[in-house]
Amino acid sequence: MPEKIGVYVCHCGTNIARTVDCKSVAEYASHLPNVAVARDYQYMCSDPGQEMIKKDIHELGLNRVVVASCSPLMHESTFRRAVSSAGVNPFLFQMANIREQCSWITENRELATNRAKAIIAGAVTRVSFNEPLEIKKVPVNPDVLIVGGGITGIEAGLQIADSGRKVWLVEKEPSIGGYMARFDKTFPTLDCAACILTPKMVSVGQHENIELLTYSDVIDFSGYVGNFTAKIRKRPRYVDEEKCNGCGQCEQKCPLSVPSEFDCNLGKRKAIYRPFPQAVPGTPVIDREHCLYFTKGACRVCEKFCPRGAIDFEQKERIVEVPVGTAIIATGFDVFDASRVKEYGYGRLPNVITSLEFERLTHASGPTAGKILLRNGKPPETVAIIHCVGSRDHNYNEYCSRVCCMYSLKTAHLVHEKTDAKVYEFYIDMRAFGKGYEEFYKRLLEEDVTFVRGRVAEVSEVAQNPSEKGKLVVVAEDTLLGIVRRIPVDMVILSLGLEPRKDALEVAHTFSISRSRDGFFLEKHPKLAPVSTAADGIFVAGTCQGPKDIPDSVAQGGAAAANVLSLIDRKEVELEPSIAIIDENVCSGCKICLGLCPYHAITFDEEKSVAVLTAALCKGCGVCVAACPSGAIEQQNFTNSQLLAEVEAVSA
Amino acid sequence: MQEKFEPKIVGFLCRWCAYTGADLAGTSRIKYPPNINPIRVNCTGRVDPTLVLKALASGADGVLIGGCHPGDCHYTNGNIKTLRRFKLLQNMLDQFGIEKERVRLEWVSASEGERYARVVESMTEEIRNLGPLNWKRKEMEVIA
Repeated sequence: MPEKIGVYVCHCGTNIARTVDCKSVAEYASHLPNVAVARDYQYMCSDPGQEMIKKDIHELGLNRVVVASCSPLMHESTFRRAVSSAGVNPFLFQMANIREQCSWITENRELATNRAKAIIAGAVTRVSFNEPLEIKKVPVNPDVLIVGGGITGIEAGLQIADSGRKVWLVEKEPSIGGYMARFDKTFPTLDCAACILTPKMVSVGQHENIELLTYSDVIDFSGYVGNFTAKIRKRPRYVDEEKCNGCGQCEQKCPLSVPSEFDCNLGKRKAIYRPFPQAVPGTPVIDREHCLYFTKGACRVCEKFCPRGAIDFEQKERIVEVPVGTAIIATGFDVFDASRVKEYGYGRLPNVITSLEFERLTHASGPTAGKILLRNGKPPETVAIIHCVGSRDHNYNEYCSRVCCMYSLKTAHLVHEKTDAKVYEFYIDMRAFGKGYEEFYKRLLEEDVTFVRGRVAEVSEVAQNPSEKGKLVVVAEDTLLGIVRRIPVDMVILSLGLEPRKDALEVAHTFSISRSRDGFFLEKHPKLAPVSTAADGIFVAGTCQGPKDIPDSVAQGGAAAANVLSLIDRKEVELEPSIAIIDENVCSGCKICLGLCPYHAITFDEEKSVAVLTAALCKGCGVCVAACPSGAIEQQNFTNSQLLAEVEAVSA
Repeated sequence: MQEKFEPKIVGFLCRWCAYTGADLAGTSRIKYPPNINPIRVNCTGRVDPTLVLKALASGADGVLIGGCHPGDCHYTNGNIKTLRRFKLLQNMLDQFGIEKERVRLEWVSASEGERYARVVESMTEEIRNLGPLNWKRKEMEVIA
């Protein structure tokens, strides 16, 4: 059958048409070999645009189609569906990207138009060599992996589990709850964080569809959408979760106290401990680093007092392999390390504390039982809150951490409520953008908090006059008054920004997902696919994707759950057929490809002395194709003839 | 007056990093010379040196291979395999008398739109200074 190609040049409103002369490009395309029709149109992706293609397929008998418009990442699937519905195999369609990589990059209309012509010539030449391909469908394993047991992972887990699907929830720490479990109140409603979080934690712990793996991490993740295998390492707690009933005897009897990480090292915990009383699961862990039995070889007091014989010093780490169909990454954030900002004196000046430390101080079950106290045990008379520590700063992170303005207001409110202290807030801009946020800011303005607009230059203990003696002096330019102010205070609270977790790169590698420039995980599209990633079947939610407050994190957890459930309910997924195929008649049996394949998809048939490819394992990177000295391997939809034709056409 | 020489560059861009990065440059309306014709591949590991030579032989003045940063490859290490091949290709180009600046291997992540633009910009200028390759014509002259 002779090739009859239809070429459609999209204006994309003015997005393309402004710098590319679409009419002349279409006119040019109409003279390319095998082109039966070439048209230009306002919006090819619109219904009339797609109808135009279908109509031409029916009336003119087109058997191949090229659409020159946006990036294939945007609309390739749209047009593949359109041609397919008109009876043309979707792989006989080729997209030419003349927007993202042509019209948007220059103001030079002549050059852009020439470039568009070359790109289209490449696509038209290539499409003649395209072959019809079958899309393989594979079943979706309905089990879901969720990494991270903070509020986002909890929300996603409960949504999915409630629908009757099985969830494997993996948490690194001994308990789920994440950062939210450490907060006292939440803005702007001043809800008690524990009161709204712990019921959800308990639901997770008791849910028949949730398999909770705490003190664990995912060490390997392989497979493809619908059919992944997660390898999870469960570290030993040295306490049998089946036998333990969480009575807490062991914690009481343990003779060794060490600083509690959960309390930012402000309080103490035992060597066998639960990070906090409402921990889920309630089973404690033995901290091997400190436990006297592990360090000195003697003690075992916990073992003696445990009424259920749950202590097991011989417990070993376990590797669990779990088949799942989809995964949600909700690994959260790290707070900025305040000691990096030397001029604020954190770590050097004892009464300079971080916002997270403040959360623990003001928390009823924290180290001071909710009292806001200086290191000397006295309540402060004046408190300064410094915004944007580690955020909106070229030296650290350029982005705004989004939550600090609001939690700083909450901090001010709590200080005001619990002490008689005078509160100063130093801010750059006040960002109160959410529901009820601006109203909360108004409320604080009326609560007698002094707001100083300006970035703090320094926190100093050097007094310049008697009123500053024994105080911390906050030096800042008040940009509204245009003067430099020195305000003596007793306590400085640094409002820390949010950062990607230290192990974000490792996690990105494990799951083959990308990170944006700021180090957070990269979503597929910032607006239209905020929880999807470039890797099908793997979703991101919450603060691992970027700073967010609790409402937004919960919303994303729910969004990721909906995405996952939609995939599961489809029951099958389509796989890109761009895999390699080996022609055994051409293969010389040199075995070069065997060592190159990262998925061990190629094996060697000793009898025939040829390489054999297992299609289900091939992911379509094409490494073997480029390496085969005999030209025996081809990659479907990226064959040598397709690529060579495209290269020749765009180079001419 | 002689027309300004506009280099023709062929770009082999991996779909996960460099191609997405190039898309981002456009979406962010970052400007760079429109001298590159992007060809999308799944991984730079697919870029057979033959494709590069084909581009140069067909009239391209330069070739850019754009992949993920080492360690970021979606297919574990296709980019590293390309790096090895690239070194050999460079030797070969040298033997052919083709300036090594004409063929570049660059790592561009999906979030590095700005970097992609600057790579194309510097490459375009470099090749503009080198002048046209005209390999196709030279080849014809040799045959004649």
